[in-house]
This record gives sequence, C-alpha cells and structure tokens, in this order.
Amino acid sequence: MAQITLIEAVTQALAYEMAHDESVVVLGEDVGVNGGVFRATQGLQEKFGEWRVLDTPLDETTIAGVTVGLAVQGMKPVAEAQFEGFIYPMMEQIACHAARLRNRTRGRMTVPAVWRAPWGGGIRAPEHHSEANEHLFTNIPGLRVVMPSSPARAYGLLLAAIRDPDPVMFFEPKRIYRQYKEEVPDDGEALPLDVCFVLRDGTDVTLVTWGAQVKECLEAADELAQKGISAEVIDVATLTPLDFDTIAESVTKTGRCVIVHEAPKTAGYGAEIAARLSEECLYSLLAPVERVTGFDTHIPLFRLEMKYLPSVERIVEAAQRTLAAS
Amino acid sequence: MSIAAKFEIEYLQYLDQDGKEVGKELPEFAKDLDHMVELYKLMVSTRVFDAKSIALQRTGKLGTYASCLGHEAAHVGIGSAMRREDSLAVSYREYGAQLYRGVKPREVYMYWGGDERGNDFADAPKHDFAWCVPIATQCLHAAGSALAFKIRKEPRVAVCTIGDGGSSKGDFYGAINIAGAQNLPLVAVIVNNQWAISVPRRIQSGANTLAQKGLAAGLFCIQVDGNDIIAVRKAMEDALERARSGQGGSVIEAVTYRLGDHTTADDARRYRGEQEVKDAWDRDPVPRLRKWLEAKGKWDEAKEEAWKAECDDWMDKEVDAYLETKTQPATAMFDYLYAELPADLVAQRDFVASLDRQS
Ligand SMILES: Cc1ncc(C[n+]2csc(CCOP(=O)(O)OP(=O)(O)O)c2C)c(N)n1
Ligand SMILES: [Mg+2]
Repeated sequence: MAQITLIEAVTQALAYEMAHDESVVVLGEDVGVNGGVFRATQGLQEKFGEWRVLDTPLDETTIAGVTVGLAVQGMKPVAEAQFEGFIYPMMEQIACHAARLRNRTRGRMTVPAVWRAPWGGGIRAPEHHSEANEHLFTNIPGLRVVMPSSPARAYGLLLAAIRDPDPVMFFEPKRIYRQYKEEVPDDGEALPLDVCFVLRDGTDVTLVTWGAQVKECLEAADELAQKGISAEVIDVATLTPLDFDTIAESVTKTGRCVIVHEAPKTAGYGAEIAARLSEECLYSLLAPVERVTGFDTHIPLFRLEMKYLPSVERIVEAAQRTLAAS
Repeated sequence: MSIAAKFEIEYLQYLDQDGKEVGKELPEFAKDLDHMVELYKLMVSTRVFDAKSIALQRTGKLGTYASCLGHEAAHVGIGSAMRREDSLAVSYREYGAQLYRGVKPREVYMYWGGDERGNDFADAPKHDFAWCVPIATQCLHAAGSALAFKIRKEPRVAVCTIGDGGSSKGDFYGAINIAGAQNLPLVAVIVNNQWAISVPRRIQSGANTLAQKGLAAGLFCIQVDGNDIIAVRKAMEDALERARSGQGGSVIEAVTYRLGDHTTADDARRYRGEQEVKDAWDRDPVPRLRKWLEAKGKWDEAKEEAWKAECDDWMDKEVDAYLETKTQPATAMFDYLYAELPADLVAQRDFVASLDRQS
C-alpha cells in the first residue's frame, strides 16, 4: 500500500467518493486542468470530466452560491476556496443560506455541501495566504467545522464531510500538506465527525489543539516527557459540533489544560473550550487553563510569521506553568 | 422591430505587432518622440526589474512573486497617462504603472519579501493604494475614491486595474455600477492577459469583449491593443479627461498576454500550449515600440545597451538596499493595528518583545 501525504489523502478521498457517488462534483478556481494550486484535485478532471470538476469564473460569491444551489438540487458539491484568506465573500452564502436552509424550510431543503480551504500560516506565502479564521465559522449554527491533522484523518474526515447531510467547512492545514506520509488504505472508510482524537495518553496535563499545531503539541509532549511531565494530546478535529466529553474526561484526569491554536487569542475557538472547562470541569482543575495562540494581531508577512505562530517552546512553558501552579 | 438599445465596442490600435503604424493619425503625445523614448525606457527598466525579481525569488531572497512580463505597454500606458493627484488602485503585478508613479523597486521587493514596509511608499503618492491580493476588492476602493473626489468637487480621477479573471468578481461589477449610477470619475482598466492562473479567458465570461461589461453600467467602453502603448495611453488620456470633466467613467479592456508563469509558484506548462505562448511573444510590446522608435531614428543598439546597463545598475542598487534592510522587530506586528496600542494588548506586546530579545 502506498504511503501518502495529507494532500494526497484529500485527493484520494475526493476520487473515491466521486467514483462511488455520481452526485459528487468539485468546483472552484484552478481545480480542473491545473489540479488546484496545491494539487488537491490533481487528475480528477481527467478522470471524471469537465462537468464533475468545474473551473469556475473567479468569484467566490459565485462559487459559494452555486454550491448551495447544487446541493439543494440533490448534488453533493465540494467547493474549494483557493486560500482561507479568500473565503470571506463566501461567508454570506454559507451563513445566510447553507447553514440556515434546513432550519428555514423546516427540513424541506438541505445543503449537503463541503467547502474546502487550505488553512493557516507557516509556508512563507504572500499576504492573505496564511489566515487561520476557523473561529468565524464555529460561531455559525448549523455548520460543521472540521480540520484534519494527518493523512489518515484527512481521508476519513473528508469522506465523512462529503457524506454528511449538512454543510461542512473542511479546513486543510497547508503547512503540513506534505509534512510526512503514512499508509492510508483507499477503502472508503469514513471517520466520525463527532469525536476528538486522543493522539497521546498522559496524566499530568492535556494539550488540546487542531490542524497544523498538532505537530507542535506532539513535539512539546516529547519535550515535556523528558522533563518528567506526562502530556495527553487531543486533536479536536471536528470543532463544531464539539465532542466536549473527550476533552472533559481528559482534563478531569490531568487537572490541567493548555489550548493551542494559530488564530488570534481573543474570541478564538480556544476561548470556547476554556469557557466550557470553567463551566463543566472547574472543580477538577488544578491550575488555570492556559492558551497558547496567535497574538491579537494580523499574522505578519512571512519574515515574522514564525514569531506569531505558537512554538513548541511556548507550549512547553505553558504546560510547565500549569504544573507549577499546583 | 423596435430596438431599445444598440452598442458597439471600438478596438483601438496604432502600432501593429511589427511596430508599423496602422494608418491612424497619432495622438499628440506620440508626436513628442522624446517623450515616447522616455516611455520606452520605462518599459525596458520594468522588464529588467522583473527579471531581477525572479532571480531574487529563485535564490530564496524573495517570496512568491507575480511577474509582469508582457504587460509593460499596458502598465506604463496606464501610469504615464495619470496625474499625480489621481489615485491608483492596483492588484499586484502592475509594476510599470507603479514605477512611473514613484514606487521604488526596493519597496516591491520588501512586500514580496515578506515585509509590510514595502507598502509605505516613500516617493509615490500617499493616496495610491497598496498592493491588493484579494482579487477585485480594489475596484470598490477606487469607486469610493472617485466618490470622495466627486463630493469634494476635486478634478481628480480614481483608476483601478483588474485582471480578466478579476472582472468576474462582484466587486468589479459593483464598482462600475456605482460609477455609472453616480457619474463618478472612475477609470477601470481590465488588463486582459488571457489567463487567471490556469483558467482561460473563455471560462470567465460568455461576452465577446470584457470591455462591454461597462455598457450595462452606463460607462464608456473601449477595447485596446494592450501591447501597443500608444493605444493604451490614448484610451487612458481620453478616459481621464472625460472623468475629470464630469462626463463619467470608463472601462478600458487592454488585450495583452501573460508571457510568464502566473507567479513564481506556478508552472504554466501544466495548462497551456507552447504554440500559444510562442505566438504571444510575436506580439511582445517592448520590441514593437523599439522598432517604431528605431524607424524614427530615435533609438538604436548602442542606446539599448547603454540603457540596459543603466537599468542593471539601478536594480542592483535597489536589490542591495532591499537586502540590507533589517527585519523589523516582531513587536511591529502590534504597532500599526490602532492609532495607539490598546491597554489590553500591552502584555502581549511585551511578551513578543521578550521573543525579540531571545533571538
Ligand atoms: C478573492 C481571491 N480569490 C482567489 C485569489 C487567488 N488568485 C490570485 S491571482 C488569481 C488569478 C487572477 O487572474 P486575473 O484576474 O486574470 O489577473 P492576472 O493574475 O492574470 O493578472 C487568483 C485566482 C485571490 N488572490 N483573491
Ligand atoms: Mg489574467
């Protein structure tokens, strides 16, 4: 079995589902002959034809809006925003229609669509190519917000997203698109969209994260282990609706929690998890919940971007602070 | 049959692809051959600059860079027709227009080299917008600028440039629509280089010309040979004059070709044929103007060599200045968010200052 990268897993999932479900169509800018600017849709147009893999005119409102129309008419569109920084014109269609139609029509109309977007910083890209704005979507009811952090989870979660009867935002951490390869059987097996994944067991502190930052958290856990601190690492994977039980169970065990994300701190999704912990796990906490996040600034252009992104050091220090507290 | 409305789109060209006049009387500015030499020189320096940028990127000294190869006539034509008090809103590759207006190559390098200070234009007009990566959004800024000029009764014009792809976006339609509805001094130039990354022009629109998009907005529309700087400049001058004198806005479609990859991150061989690119090189705007100037006795090989050498020196100095610029302290990410740093951000900034001290 071939070893594949995260982005190849995205392609593999798309190809699998397109082969098994004729209603699945892919649309976006440069997704056709070019196979997407990151090659996520490489070879799909050749295999499935121009009507199933559509290069659209350059207009995100168009892409998002026709995606809603396609989905309502029984298709399963997978739309691509070329970068997460260009998703803003799509938000009106997503927030006002995709996420509301089921509710508006009392279930008569549904929007089984997926919006994919390369997400996050750290690849020395130009302005607007490094945004982390998942928190703008986690606050929209009726939407699922999903972010894989490994090739296997990209494959399984994307299949689940396409099959889900409701609209799903699927954010792909581009920094780890090609970070490593693993075996991902092309067996069409979806992963559940309602669980967080415990990637490493630990007893002293819980590191909660998603997307590319999983890498830094696992490295931090290694470093902490060398210092005699046992860290549990949770990949949230599906941010909304949240599997809080898995997080609560872990934090109840460890008594300490560090939430790590790239997006700005204020009103980032970490704030939601911290609030839930204070509501539901306060008496199990041995130390204040820590957040290691992007700062409340725009992510700088690339000369300074690594100073913005949470580093292993910052995560280790935060974890140590939680241990020093009690 | 009664006809409610009827339209035509004029196509404007003065020089054919071999630099021969097509027989149309030249506009006044083109009769000033010294001025035409100046325009030619800027087209050449833009090209030298562009090659330097790509070389910098290839050696890891620049981030992703969007080349302007093949667009020199369009860009210099736009920039040279404008007055300093007019405002320019570009997307990202219109360096020829920007250099004319005083943007320095080192500023371009800074921005594409990952440093915000490239946008703090030292010599270019302060009212010119920064590079604008989210496609087409700048068109509405130009419309808003035009509205400001109109409200204040200033004889100024707002110019925006947009690609063939970008002209599909609602922002572009919104900009020309309000300009028509409010009779705003807006000139929107569609630089149609046939490609939006890998997406060909035909996928963007079923319309015969992109210029005609302006008809529905009530604007004056014209299509020009975007590789003929005389045509671009003439269409711009007319449009600017109409806008300045309150006669309304325009859409100019400059038909050209993107001779290079979309950016240094792109490989155009994946999606377009060699023959098409070869044919496009025959329409290259730079040798076209050179041949015309040579026929007029205003240019020759010696002048060409001397000017290119001068451009090389100029760009080398700009590259040096760029490479010598120290990276900003990381705290700079806080320092331009608000007029004053809000109290709630002080602790975060202090923490980042400690990161600065560590490295
Ligand atoms: C809103 C938005 N969507 C997508 C992109 C990614 N992107 C950058 S350039 C480009 C193509 C632009 O084509 P065109 O408008 O023809 O201008 P050209 O690059 O050819 O000058 C795309 C899709 C972007 N920058 N902004
Ligand atoms: Mg184009």
